[in-house]
Amino acid sequence: MTDHHGEFDSVSGKTTTGHEWDGIKELNTPLPRWWVITFYLTIVWAIGYWIVYPAWPLISSNTTGLFGYSSRADVAVELANLEKIRGDKMAALGAASLADIEKDPALLALARAKGKTVFGDNCAPCHGSGGAGAKGFPNLNDDDWLWGGSLDQIMQTIQYGARSGHAKAHEGQMLAFGKDGVLKSDEIVTVANYVRALSGLPTRKGYDAAKGEKIFAENCVACHGDGGKGNQEMGAPNLTDKIWLYGSDEATLIETITNGRAGVMPAWEGRLDPATIKAMAVYVHSLGGGK
Amino acid sequence: MWFLAACSFERESAMPQPSISKTMTTGESGLSVVFAVTAFLSVIAAAKAVDAPFAFHATLFAIASVASVFCIVNRYFDRPAALPPAEINGRPNYNMGPIKFASFMAMFWGIAGFLVGLIIASQLAWPALNFDLPWTSFGRLRPLHTSAVIFAFGGNVLIATSFYVVQKSCRVRLAGDLAPWFVVLGYNFFILIAGTGYLLGVTQGKEYAEPEWYSDLWLTIVWVTYLLVFLVTVIKRKEPHIFVANWFYFAFIVTIAVLHLGNNPALPVSVFGSKSYVAWGGIQDAMFQWWYGHNAVGFFLTAGFLAIMYYFIPKRAERPIYSYRLSIIHFWALIFLYIWAGPHHLHYTALPDWTQTLGMTFSIMLWMPSWGGMINGLMTLSGAWDKLRTDPVLRMLVVSVAFYGMSTFEGPMMSIKVVNSLSHYTDWTIGHVHSGALGWVGFVSFGALYCLVPWAWNRKGLYSLKLVNWHFWIATLGIVLYISAMWVSGILQGLMWRAYTSLGFLEYSFIETVEAMHPFYIIRAAGGALFLLGALIMAYNLWMTVRVGEQEVQMPVALQPAE
Repeated sequence: MTDHHGEFDSVSGKTTTGHEWDGIKELNTPLPRWWVITFYLTIVWAIGYWIVYPAWPLISSNTTGLFGYSSRADVAVELANLEKIRGDKMAALGAASLADIEKDPALLALARAKGKTVFGDNCAPCHGSGGAGAKGFPNLNDDDWLWGGSLDQIMQTIQYGARSGHAKAHEGQMLAFGKDGVLKSDEIVTVANYVRALSGLPTRKGYDAAKGEKIFAENCVACHGDGGKGNQEMGAPNLTDKIWLYGSDEATLIETITNGRAGVMPAWEGRLDPATIKAMAVYVHSLGGGK
Repeated sequence: MWFLAACSFERESAMPQPSISKTMTTGESGLSVVFAVTAFLSVIAAAKAVDAPFAFHATLFAIASVASVFCIVNRYFDRPAALPPAEINGRPNYNMGPIKFASFMAMFWGIAGFLVGLIIASQLAWPALNFDLPWTSFGRLRPLHTSAVIFAFGGNVLIATSFYVVQKSCRVRLAGDLAPWFVVLGYNFFILIAGTGYLLGVTQGKEYAEPEWYSDLWLTIVWVTYLLVFLVTVIKRKEPHIFVANWFYFAFIVTIAVLHLGNNPALPVSVFGSKSYVAWGGIQDAMFQWWYGHNAVGFFLTAGFLAIMYYFIPKRAERPIYSYRLSIIHFWALIFLYIWAGPHHLHYTALPDWTQTLGMTFSIMLWMPSWGGMINGLMTLSGAWDKLRTDPVLRMLVVSVAFYGMSTFEGPMMSIKVVNSLSHYTDWTIGHVHSGALGWVGFVSFGALYCLVPWAWNRKGLYSLKLVNWHFWIATLGIVLYISAMWVSGILQGLMWRAYTSLGFLEYSFIETVEAMHPFYIIRAAGGALFLLGALIMAYNLWMTVRVGEQEVQMPVALQPAE
């Protein structure tokens, strides 16, 4: 500082402090005024904020500020506002039957909006954000339904799920014909080709159609029905509509027939409230394939 | 094996001395015994280990201990009877070995850390890159990235520069004989234990403090030694006053010790196992965690690197520091205010409102003290601005200060609760952190290493200034891509999360917000790739500087005669 012998710096027009370390000197520049003023302003602002808001701990409590602000109270207000916007509409939705909802344009719009939100956060991870599905997860946009595509049927599937462990869940499943020793591997290849032929796909060379039909009749018709048209009572897919849950190539079909399939749709009852499940059913029904 | 490399670094500084009877110093014999015992205990620990990673780490401890004994004894037989003198011909005989080692490791870990950063950025854009393997999953690589860049890269830069600056600005040889080597080698061994631990799934789950109890204990020993080496060197100084950079280094070293001890008390499930439970619980743990986390930013990434700025910018620009008074005021204001700001990481959580208020208001008051460093850094250039055209190293240092100013404005702004309600949990935070990390810490470190390597290795200059120029522009472009992508995606994310429909339902599902981020994640990864490319150019440049650079005519002791 000034008690040292500073020297004059001709570039800045200031003196140095007289200290030097490894050739580095320091100028005697005063604090920039705007810097000091801004610093003081932030301090004043902070003190003001402490007066208005909860700020300092006391022995067993804290200063509460002038208006008794609390972030918990803020959340309660925000939630109440949201309730006000939604109003009694969700209650009305909960009380209405699915058929009523379909008839009331206001309720229908509400159900679809609510359903879309809930779908995105609960269903999209498996079924895709547009409901287009993926391997093992059904496409909800087409009109091909494993367990039925009416509003009631969709709602039932959402509510109780399939193979979900819920007492009322859909329980049918594709058996493991190969693993359980019901069919031999050459028979599996044959019936896989028969299934391909059902939807007009080419079959492998030397495939015996008559034998395929026989195996199919003895093993598959019970669930998939005559001609493989499927059975929604048992969740047995229609094998003739060219829509495939796991894939239509021979290898995938052989895998399906050998090891069976038992994909799980969780039960949403208990996880979502009844009105929300209803809204979701309406939304899924509206995706394109609803019957 | 770096221990061997370290031994060869040391030999250079051993000067031929008149023969006197040679005996082991207390340090040499004492440390040999300590490491021999450590090796023995580590073998027992490895044999009795209850989990595989612990056995692996105990084995590493055993190998490193044996290697240390070998190095100490080997050095003893190689060295002349007398230890390197503190002065030669009345000039300080600076100890450059540990500095060279830490500079080398900084560059190595920097590239490793940037590479892992690029990998995890790509994983966010293309999740298939997780490869469904535990070791390569985002959850394990993310702490590997943060620790590698902050503690391994940044830490080695801080140790290298602090050992250099404290010697030059105190005009004495670094205190201790083996101690500085213990610091640099021990610190890098800590990094090795921590990093391999992350890959093996060893973590205590505290952000930026993931290493488990035994790594924490080891770091404590290393850090206290670091503190002593630094402090004793300052005490032995030949200058009447303590240089401003040394205040900052000292604040950094002391506070990191306090933070480390405060945040990490833990009880191991077994002394032969890697798992422990932290003493703190619930919101107290969260508060401790962010008191630690925010001040790791404040004292590791700010105070430490401001120390670098205070030495390397005036040195490179050959101008006096702008304002001595500002440096004092902003130093004390910074260290007093920073320590309060942690709660702003816990806005709108279970943390009491009063604590959130204090975190936010102290963050706002911190704005000007932070900017004091920026003013001092930038204004030191007055009278030397023309050098920015010709010296890309100085340009890098100055741009780092500009990024520092930007992030220390953005930080207080984001601590304001209403802003935070939009920015928190979004990519904006990631963008903010990286404008500080890539722009400030990265660039100031690069600038310092570009200065330090020729000085420490006694070279006339860098191998190529043109390559520095390429590094500067490529890395700057990378930073701009990175942070602008994160700003856009962060604000978009925040707005999407809070958007309601007129019916009172959330407008977007979470998965839709994730989909919306995809293009920005690709841009971010591209920015990271450019930053990595710049660092590779730098590594080549520094390597060539050491390999083929022309020797400075004078010996290192005569670099800067006192006036």
